[in-house]
Amino acid sequence: MATLLELSVGYALVCVLVAMVFCALRLLRGPSAHDRVLALDTLWMTGMLLALVLGIRFGTQVYFEVAVLIALIGFVSTVAMAKFLMRGEIIE
Amino acid sequence: MSGVEDLPGWAAAIVSLLLIIGASIVLIGALGLLRLRTFYQRMHGPAITITLGAGCLLIASMVFFTVGQKRLVVHEVIISAFLLMTAPVVSMMIIRAAVYRDLRARKSESGATAGGVYTIVEEEVAGSPAPGER
Repeated sequence: MATLLELSVGYALVCVLVAMVFCALRLLRGPSAHDRVLALDTLWMTGMLLALVLGIRFGTQVYFEVAVLIALIGFVSTVAMAKFLMRGEIIE
Repeated sequence: MSGVEDLPGWAAAIVSLLLIIGASIVLIGALGLLRLRTFYQRMHGPAITITLGAGCLLIASMVFFTVGQKRLVVHEVIISAFLLMTAPVVSMMIIRAAVYRDLRARKSESGATAGGVYTIVEEEVAGSPAPGER
């Protein structure tokens, strides 16, 4: 049964990493600026999920704080960039 | 490494199932972000990544640490509550910026109408520089 869990954790790691590669491709070739902001937001989210899966893989709680920090900073940066696209300035 | 071995069979099965489902959904969402045609279709890809994929992975992490440490470990609820609160805000702000920019750039083929909420008045451009125009 432990091998089943190891196999599924490996599958989840590969899936999340491929999802991050897809987001990076969309970030690189996105035709407009809001495409890139959306791809960067999804990249933050998948990075947070990668930290969670790594926490399950190594059996430690340290990665949980990493995931919380990534979620917080991702939200703030995405809101800042969306506001910049909308208004041309962030703090008004 | 450590922690993966000492788990009973039923908990390992549950965690494995949730991990496989969640990771597949995350991959499907990112594939939608990569392959869909227009921006307003592409907006729907990360939605299932954030709600269903992240939810499955968070529940898997919760079950894993609860069974592995033999006590109730539920601080993944913080992340899921934060995600469920902030995901609509983020998508609404990006959509608003995209609709505004598409209307301002007169890209009528992108399908941004917004129900007439954001109408770009013609004489607004003539006066002082409008917000968002650089």
